[in-house]
Amino acid sequence: MAIQLKLNGENRSVEADPGTPLLWVLRDELQLTGTKFGCGVASCGACTVHMDGVPVRSCQTYLEDVGTAEITTIEAISEDRIGAALQQAWVELDVVQCGYCQSGQIMSAVGLLADNPKPSAQDIDDYMAGNACRCATYQRIRAGIQRAAEILEA
Amino acid sequence: MTLDTTRRGFLKGAAAGAAVLLVGTGPKGAVAAGHSASTNLNPFVKISSDGTVTAIVKHFEKGQGPATGLTTLIAEELGLRMDQVTYAFAPSNPELYSNLFFGGFQGTGGSTAMANSFMQYRTAGAAAREMLLQAAAQAWGVDASALTLEEGVIKGAGQSAPLGDFVAAAAQLTAPEAPRLKDPSEFRLIGNPDVRRLDSAIKGNGEAKFAIDVFLPDQMIAMIARPEQRGALATAFDDAEAKSVKGYIRAAIMPNKAGVVVYAENTWAAMQARDLLDVTWDVSAAETRSSDQIEAEIRAALDAEPVYNVNKTDMAATKGAIEAAAQVVEETFYFPLLAHAPMEPLNCTIEQTAEGKIILHDGAQMPTGPHMAFAQIFQLPMEMIEIRTMLAGGSFGRRATPTADYQVEAALAFVMTDRSRPVKLVWSREDDLRSGYYRPAFGHKVRVGLDAEGQIVGWDHRIAGQSIMKGTPFEPMVVRDGIDHSSVEGAADTPYAIPAASFGLTDTAKATETLWWRAVGHTHTAYVMEVMMDMAAKAAGRDPMAFRMDYLSDGTADQQRLAQVLKLATEKAGWGNAPEGRAQGLAVHKSFGSFVAEVVEISGTPETGVRIEKVTCAVDCGIAVNPDIVKAQMEGGIGYGIGHVMRDQITLTDGAVDQYNFPDYEPLRIGDIGQIDVHVVASAEAPTGAGEPGTPPAAPALANAIAASTTGLRVSAMPMELNGVSFA
Repeated sequence: MAIQLKLNGENRSVEADPGTPLLWVLRDELQLTGTKFGCGVASCGACTVHMDGVPVRSCQTYLEDVGTAEITTIEAISEDRIGAALQQAWVELDVVQCGYCQSGQIMSAVGLLADNPKPSAQDIDDYMAGNACRCATYQRIRAGIQRAAEILEA
Repeated sequence: MTLDTTRRGFLKGAAAGAAVLLVGTGPKGAVAAGHSASTNLNPFVKISSDGTVTAIVKHFEKGQGPATGLTTLIAEELGLRMDQVTYAFAPSNPELYSNLFFGGFQGTGGSTAMANSFMQYRTAGAAAREMLLQAAAQAWGVDASALTLEEGVIKGAGQSAPLGDFVAAAAQLTAPEAPRLKDPSEFRLIGNPDVRRLDSAIKGNGEAKFAIDVFLPDQMIAMIARPEQRGALATAFDDAEAKSVKGYIRAAIMPNKAGVVVYAENTWAAMQARDLLDVTWDVSAAETRSSDQIEAEIRAALDAEPVYNVNKTDMAATKGAIEAAAQVVEETFYFPLLAHAPMEPLNCTIEQTAEGKIILHDGAQMPTGPHMAFAQIFQLPMEMIEIRTMLAGGSFGRRATPTADYQVEAALAFVMTDRSRPVKLVWSREDDLRSGYYRPAFGHKVRVGLDAEGQIVGWDHRIAGQSIMKGTPFEPMVVRDGIDHSSVEGAADTPYAIPAASFGLTDTAKATETLWWRAVGHTHTAYVMEVMMDMAAKAAGRDPMAFRMDYLSDGTADQQRLAQVLKLATEKAGWGNAPEGRAQGLAVHKSFGSFVAEVVEISGTPETGVRIEKVTCAVDCGIAVNPDIVKAQMEGGIGYGIGHVMRDQITLTDGAVDQYNFPDYEPLRIGDIGQIDVHVVASAEAPTGAGEPGTPPAAPALANAIAASTTGLRVSAMPMELNGVSFA
């Protein structure tokens, strides 16, 4: 059935079962491939997107749960000033290695900085605990978030 | 190894642009250049008449940095800025793009991407530079020595023009046999810590395309229903319930009966239908053992006389020296099976063109493997198979199976269709953890004899586990006199000057498929060597660092380089001056030609909860082409090594893997390591490995820190969490 989605500032209509995880709607139906499949059980965070500005795991968020909420994916997060600052910091510090988890890392980090503009290392570790990076870029993720906080403060 | 391949298809495409200069070094190292299919060339740099310079990168990019690193070599020798050069991944063609250390195989592994490319790519860049200058010199009627090429502009003799103006003329010239390479003092990009990765921006904004992001028109998704018990065979299936899934197409038993392929319109439909498929399995030939039995077999092998005397030493003399020693330090170690679990689940996509050509879209780590396998499966000549290398979401060795396992699965899934629709095979995380290839389980038993002065007088070291290399195409290169070097590397070839050392090896029976896992044999040998050195130091009443230095003082180059990183890491870590409530441990190890020392500083105790506060690392990998990427590889290698020994293992019960997904195989998380400081040694030596060498010392340095904490616990079986250590 056709379901209406508010996605990255546009209204989109998708043909999908209401029980379909948002992840697969984004990737397979809309080819917004920046959102990644890592585990399917909300254990790695690679699929993180925003629902009304709040990070959620799209592999465990079903289309029927989205309703009229605004969905934002990595493809549009540069329009958010926090997202843009994080992307700038990520490039400055060369945070990425393989890069596969980094969309999810940035989407979670936007949520953190929205709640807490000056997070301590401990705040970052607590908030980002659900985003796995098998390359172990964590040190630079932490530094990247703190650098983005500086950029935003300037 | 002779490979049936041709470069015709690639050269035809490459020569299609009228004015394109392709320069590379031939298979025997001679510089070759050309613009037509008649020239035997091996192109690493492509220059178009619009001035576009593209480095053709023969190694895949899984985050370890070759896209940036090899492109840097081209830019350096061509005098370009990094923003004036781009890169593309090489097609699969082992004749042109083999790894110089892999004997005719094109592939990435063993931390060799930079080591085997350093001279090749520099030479290609330098030859291109000389040809462009020569073409300009002829056009301007001057001597080439009067001209310079800097930042894409050729200047001299009162003239100036962009390099693109001379591409057509340069393509007609004979390449210089020995172009002049820059002297290291002239390097502006190589070794420059400010050179950034070329793939950072696209990996932070969702634009980066991994294999899993390939969407071809009308493609189907294939997933495979697999048995719980390893090696069971599918005999029948009932898809009555699966048919209720919208988007389910059909299912088919694989030709090898290893599973049932589910075809669907999209991934979610494939996942749902696979869950609902009722498969009948024949378990008569399936694995029935449990990991307890595998461990018991390994421990029994350690107690028996070893099958191989690795260094052909006098084992009786070693035994005698230890019997006569003032004190003996001994320990038995066990390392379980480990999965690689790269972030991007394994996948690849296959399509057939109207001309009957097969195209594989893959994060291909060792393209020659699937290339040869596909030639067999599709009964096609090599040039009718094209491999398009995509970015890979990690690997740690997993994407380079000698059997091309997942690519072959995809090919089998594809041949069971009418080939009118592309097929993308997708693995779930469960497939990855349960049906994968593993770091084999290994055991070590070591007895070290010390004299009254605390000097080592004998070292008896037994190793048992399943060989990785036997039965693979790499066996002739790695296995000598029956000894798989990858089972003993890092122990039997230790640079420590240990008297009366003997190393025994026993291969144990096949337990699962096995595979190189970031740092291969060093993942267990470094742990054992460095924990034993620590135990010996303690027994001798010596500082662990000073004790090690005694065995690194014969003046060999390896010992000097190990001693250098050990000194640097301990100095930077404040060795011996840990703050109140902290404990330190160190390890130093050579692997993949590189030398790495690490100091781990912890707080807490195994009972109250250990927290890894800081890891200080010093690395000597020869010339660090991109020092910041080397640092990143050390950071990542440390995390990978520590994460697995903290809490991960793959176990089997009655032949079935017990782990399903990340909750059962918990990855390292951001809070697990407080801080990592990496120091890169300035070196003029040829580049050596960076991707793996950070991993081996991390776990033993952690173990030694735990032993140095108040309780003195020695962890000799992994994972640590199941062997007496809680982590905060």
